[in-house]
Amino acid sequence: MIGLAAGGPPRPGAPGGPSGSVPATTAVVDDAPRTDAAPTRLLRAWYRTGRADLAAHESVHGTLPLPGRHDHGWPGRLVELVHSSGLAGRGGAGFPSARKLDAARVARPGPILAVNAMEGEPASAKDQVLLAHAPHLVLDGAQLVAAAVGASGIVLCMAHERLPGSLGVQAALDERRAAHVDARAVEIVGPPGRYISGEESALVSWLGGGFARPTFRASKATPLTIRRRPVLVHNAETLAHVALIARHGVPWFRAVGPPDSPGTCLVTVSGTVRLPGVQEIALGTPIASVIGDADPVAEVQAVLVGGYGGTWVPAGLLPTPFAPASLRAIGADTGAGVLVALPRAACGLVETARLATYLAAEGAGQCGPCLHGLPAIAADLTSLAHGYGDGDVLARLQHRMGAVDGRGACRHPDGAVRLVRSALRVFADDVTRHAAGHPCPGRAHSPVLAPAGHAGREEHRWRYGP
Amino acid sequence: MSAVASSQTLWYLTRATGIMALVLLSATVVLGVLTSGRVSTVRLPRFAWQDLHRRISLLAIAFLGVHIVSTVTDPYAPIGWLSAVVPFASPYRRFWLGLGAVAFDLLLAVAVSSLLRRHIATRLWRGVHWLAYASWPVAVAHGLGTGTDPRLTWVAGLVAACVAAVLGAVTWRLVPGWGRSPRRGRWTSPPPVWQR
Amino acid sequence: MAIRTLTLRLRVDPIACDAFGYCAELLPELIALDEWGYPVVADLEVPPHLVDLARRAVRDCPRRALHLEKVPGRTR
Repeated sequence: MIGLAAGGPPRPGAPGGPSGSVPATTAVVDDAPRTDAAPTRLLRAWYRTGRADLAAHESVHGTLPLPGRHDHGWPGRLVELVHSSGLAGRGGAGFPSARKLDAARVARPGPILAVNAMEGEPASAKDQVLLAHAPHLVLDGAQLVAAAVGASGIVLCMAHERLPGSLGVQAALDERRAAHVDARAVEIVGPPGRYISGEESALVSWLGGGFARPTFRASKATPLTIRRRPVLVHNAETLAHVALIARHGVPWFRAVGPPDSPGTCLVTVSGTVRLPGVQEIALGTPIASVIGDADPVAEVQAVLVGGYGGTWVPAGLLPTPFAPASLRAIGADTGAGVLVALPRAACGLVETARLATYLAAEGAGQCGPCLHGLPAIAADLTSLAHGYGDGDVLARLQHRMGAVDGRGACRHPDGAVRLVRSALRVFADDVTRHAAGHPCPGRAHSPVLAPAGHAGREEHRWRYGP
Repeated sequence: MSAVASSQTLWYLTRATGIMALVLLSATVVLGVLTSGRVSTVRLPRFAWQDLHRRISLLAIAFLGVHIVSTVTDPYAPIGWLSAVVPFASPYRRFWLGLGAVAFDLLLAVAVSSLLRRHIATRLWRGVHWLAYASWPVAVAHGLGTGTDPRLTWVAGLVAACVAAVLGAVTWRLVPGWGRSPRRGRWTSPPPVWQR
Repeated sequence: MAIRTLTLRLRVDPIACDAFGYCAELLPELIALDEWGYPVVADLEVPPHLVDLARRAVRDCPRRALHLEKVPGRTR
């Protein structure tokens, strides 16, 4: 594999590693039999040849369609294009991208565009793979959006720990500078790569010289600012889609995916599969076929959809299409495009308890209910999962989840509560047995999800990272 | 004769209001420490303790004001208005009186920042308010150093009681589990008890 | 017929809040404390007879974590 940003070729042999995080370089899809010929738009065949350099990128996609100097109607047209395309953010919140652009266009002074490639979700590798293989798409999208909103600058935010491995992105920027492609300079910055530091307000807080912790906003409509200058935050994958929409238009974008959520998206599949990694799928593809394409090793009991703050989807519901509306109907969400397959031999409660403990430690520690509630919930869930919970444990869990949900400054506690609630629902049989003191042998299964925790919450860790 | 008499009155006024100001300042500090430790009793809920702290502090400043005015207007000692705020400006008992000016300056900062609390950043207010912890021992030193009154047993006893009260309050506050102060990331009190 | 009005609501800044609990003492009708001492604000509009107390609670919060906001409401 020539020119991959880090590590070697994809490893088809090993099932989803015990670390619960996915190596950034495994973008294996083409080798496996696909259930449908989903068009690969973002990733194309770059995983075969490595990073697409500027020449290869332009030969496939054409040059960057920036407007002429006096084309004053262009920003409006681009926003209209994005609006008609129905593109929604691919960062996890799924907010309609055109609305964000609209709000930023009227902002004075010109906003700063922050490209969010933080990817704090350990089970997600899509932004890393995208930047490793097709950085020019992301950078094109950034230039287009920056031109549309009259941005005063562009910052590309990557987790501090991953900066050494991001030489490919820097090389791409150097190529563009040499070829005078970009209208605006792009600065690469490295905030601490904690779970919560990729949250919009946390990112903006860090960019403003503060700590990478979420801030309180009276309402989501108030724009994030750095010393009065508004900041527009877009996920890296979203910008890549904008780059293609600007070239190929709306009908092309909408040709794939359901009408209310068109296009393709990147998902990261891991767990009990032989081919873990990032896939590009059409929205609306059934979860079962996405997992099938990754070649499950054993029978899949349930799939964690969205991320660590996501939802468990039981085997019976796996034919559900991976699309916002269909997932919402079963109480789930696309989230950060994470799909983790849990084998029947493992215990869903034990895995969830481990995640809950991780999430409890990964909060910013700013808001009382989250700071105190999540560890309490995690401790109770752990005791339930291992069969030594007392008689009150379920009632206590339900009470505390209600007490913590929605009472933080950000959605972190909400995600944790959602995860635990879905586990109690989907693994209800296990819950009854474990509560009676009979934990299942799945406890002994090697961890399917085992995120490495970060060190403590001292203030310097939120500014400079570990 | 009347000049001597009025000077005597002013002298008594200075000493009396000085002692009262010290007692009230000590009470203010005690109440402030208790408030930050979330003290709560059956008769007085937490917000009432904070209210008490504020009101006593205003009383202390009032007495302090009279104390300063009577000191400066007293013709006996050459203490001008300037030396009330500029430490060590007066030649009369320069050091101990200067301490009084120091204490007054610090308290002035605390008072002004508290009146303007809603308009300044919380961090700034917190930082200035901590100066109160500096002003109190300075005030005590000033009281013990300037006057002849500490030679009187009851005055010495009063000052000792003030010092004991403040030290006791600070001890209560610092011992884990006695006071309660949830701080970001560090929960000092025992883990919460489940109550249905 | 629905008339658009502005109602007053209390909102807590959970980052600034340090669980002093004055708000719950002054306004038990609208604010309760959870098991860790942090305020749970009822999702109701502040009735006219409690507005003064609400303003006092906002003013007395040592961390200025309580806010009184005008939000659009609907009354018939």
